[in-house]
Amino acid sequence: MGKIFNVLMVGVGGQGIIMASDIFALAAMHSGKDVKKSEIHGMSQRGGSVFSHIRFGEKVYSPVISKGEADVLFSLEEMETLRWIEYANTETTIICLKTRINPGMVETYPPGIDEEIKRLSKKVFFLDPQPIIEKIENKKFLNVALIGLISGFVHFSDESWEKAIREKVPRGTFEGNWQAFLTGKNLHREEFQ
Amino acid sequence: MENRELLFGNHAIALGAYEAGVTVGTGYPGTPSSEILEFLTKYPGVYTEWSVNEKVAFEVGYGAAISGARVLITMKHVGLNVAADPLFTSSYTGIKGGLVIVNADDPNMHSSQNEQDNRHYAYAAKVPMLEPSDCQEAKDFTAYGFTLSETYDTPVILRTVTRLSHSLGVVIPNENPLRNRKIEGFTRDVSKYVMIPGHARKRHIIVEERMRKLEEDVNTSPLNRMEINDTDIGFISAGIAYTYVKEAFPTASVLKLGIVHPLPEKLIADFFKQVKEVYIVEELDPFLELQIKAMGFKTEGKKYYPLTGELSPDLVQRAFIDKSGITQKEAKTGLKTEISLPPRPPSLCPGCPHRQVFKILNKHNITVTGDIGCYTLGVLPPFSSMHTCVEMGGSIGHIQGIEIAEGENYKSNAVAVIGDSTFIHSGVAGLLNAAYNKRHSLIIVLDNSTTAMTGMQPNPLSGQRINGEEALQVDYRLLAQACGLEDDNIRIVDAYKPGALEDTILSLLKTKKLSLLVVQGLCIILKKRKTRTEKKNG
Repeated sequence: MGKIFNVLMVGVGGQGIIMASDIFALAAMHSGKDVKKSEIHGMSQRGGSVFSHIRFGEKVYSPVISKGEADVLFSLEEMETLRWIEYANTETTIICLKTRINPGMVETYPPGIDEEIKRLSKKVFFLDPQPIIEKIENKKFLNVALIGLISGFVHFSDESWEKAIREKVPRGTFEGNWQAFLTGKNLHREEFQ
Repeated sequence: MENRELLFGNHAIALGAYEAGVTVGTGYPGTPSSEILEFLTKYPGVYTEWSVNEKVAFEVGYGAAISGARVLITMKHVGLNVAADPLFTSSYTGIKGGLVIVNADDPNMHSSQNEQDNRHYAYAAKVPMLEPSDCQEAKDFTAYGFTLSETYDTPVILRTVTRLSHSLGVVIPNENPLRNRKIEGFTRDVSKYVMIPGHARKRHIIVEERMRKLEEDVNTSPLNRMEINDTDIGFISAGIAYTYVKEAFPTASVLKLGIVHPLPEKLIADFFKQVKEVYIVEELDPFLELQIKAMGFKTEGKKYYPLTGELSPDLVQRAFIDKSGITQKEAKTGLKTEISLPPRPPSLCPGCPHRQVFKILNKHNITVTGDIGCYTLGVLPPFSSMHTCVEMGGSIGHIQGIEIAEGENYKSNAVAVIGDSTFIHSGVAGLLNAAYNKRHSLIIVLDNSTTAMTGMQPNPLSGQRINGEEALQVDYRLLAQACGLEDDNIRIVDAYKPGALEDTILSLLKTKKLSLLVVQGLCIILKKRKTRTEKKNG
């Protein structure tokens, strides 16, 4: 059995994790891979913690990633990175968007989160969303730009990404989203190569 | 490459039904089953409905099936409790057109009040149960269920779980769906369809004969499959748990069961003959384990892993890690933090019309019997205003019991709180009971015009059907009047007028008469969605 590549996307309800992970899974399929994606709908939509497991390779059995097995942990919120860190190992690439969302009833954001992530992993990259937003047409396309960034860690063809984005984004927004994707892809070159 | 699609488990089930020629789909929403019927609605030539509850959904579906249509009925696990009555006796009458009931279990209770294992229903009602392990099988098994149903003249249950229903996987659709199947209509046959004792005794014998035949035939069914690899150790598994076994122990032998009831005893015997040590891996109850042990085979399962929650590849791997001769993939260690993070529990949306009610109930320290829906979140701070929640419609019965038990000491400081869809599902009968038995409870319906928790399905209080067409909108006032409530004790108040709402609650409690208060405010998510659509359409 060939190696399975595991991407765990995490964040908070309303951040658009579901659509972003849909695009990712679809691009994997369009590149000829077997793919599974798992998430939980329902209660979690009401502002709760949201996650999406994406697994692809030659033949994928389990839709869920085992603890310690994520190749990429992609987080849209700082605290959530730490909440799901058990799925990462020391070799996992962790990408954490510099965004803080207080849980309901919590007044002050817990201190020391970023330091703790850095202490646990030498392969963590913090991303400031603002410079990315400035480079793209609409801030709503941020997640697609981020998908472009993580596309650098996997080897799907541009056609697969293009097809997946076209199928998933709202009608009339493909061009803007595609530009955002390419912006993210270039950013990967600058940051990681 | 073939025509591959990336489908949601629930979409694959709907596609399987469509490909098998289903023309009728009924159900009641419930996570994780709700999307199945919504997907089915989009296919041409299929009638679908959200029924008022699972029992009615079952009955409507059953009626269509005994008239020759192929029918899909969908519900979550606890929904089958509601529909259990028709399930057990439809097993006696059999069907005519194929009848597949999709039952969605929720191990780990991602969005449920319990994690009952509904495989027991198949055993108890004496009907076959299929359990797919991925999206392709979800489609294929659903379609096959109709053939099985008609071949053996029995309802068939397809069991899915949250982890499958809400996962995406690659599916190859059938390019030649069976459509335009001829529907003969209902033919009278009282000895088959009218279960008076004299008929039912004869039908029970037929049921037992059917099960014996099925027990034999499942030994050679392509849905049950032996994968012989390393013969020192093997696992018997089904459904999603099978995928965890394959992941954790890629070289072990596996007996994969696609039919979880009845079990293929000869095939199991053959597996035990070929494999030295056999273990059972299944989520929730030891359903397979107990039966296989009862057949006389030496095996273990639940001894090594929990009865509760979901399994996962790493959990399965850890459970059997010290078994001799087992080859397993190298387990990586996950990173561990010592910082304890504040939880991020779900909460009532900002702007949710239910928020005011719970603030008021909290302010006056009122006891609240609660119900199932988004508003169950009223139990959590800052509202902390729900004190019971068991099942759909339960709130209205609970408050009557409290009133009866406390007798003269009852202080009239308790209310029942229930959502609009839940009220229609099984709250109306409770209201009628309260009226008939002279209770004086205050029942508050939180009406947000939709079944919000499960994804905005319409119901008989929202004036729409599943496909968006206009429909009946039940009149609360007339309904309450018909139950004998006095006009002054039937109130409809705007959820966003907290002053009026507070006054009404307090004054109704003082009347010590059975009262119905409807708090109306459109679900905030639905409201935003409608505004967006209106903007788009100019």
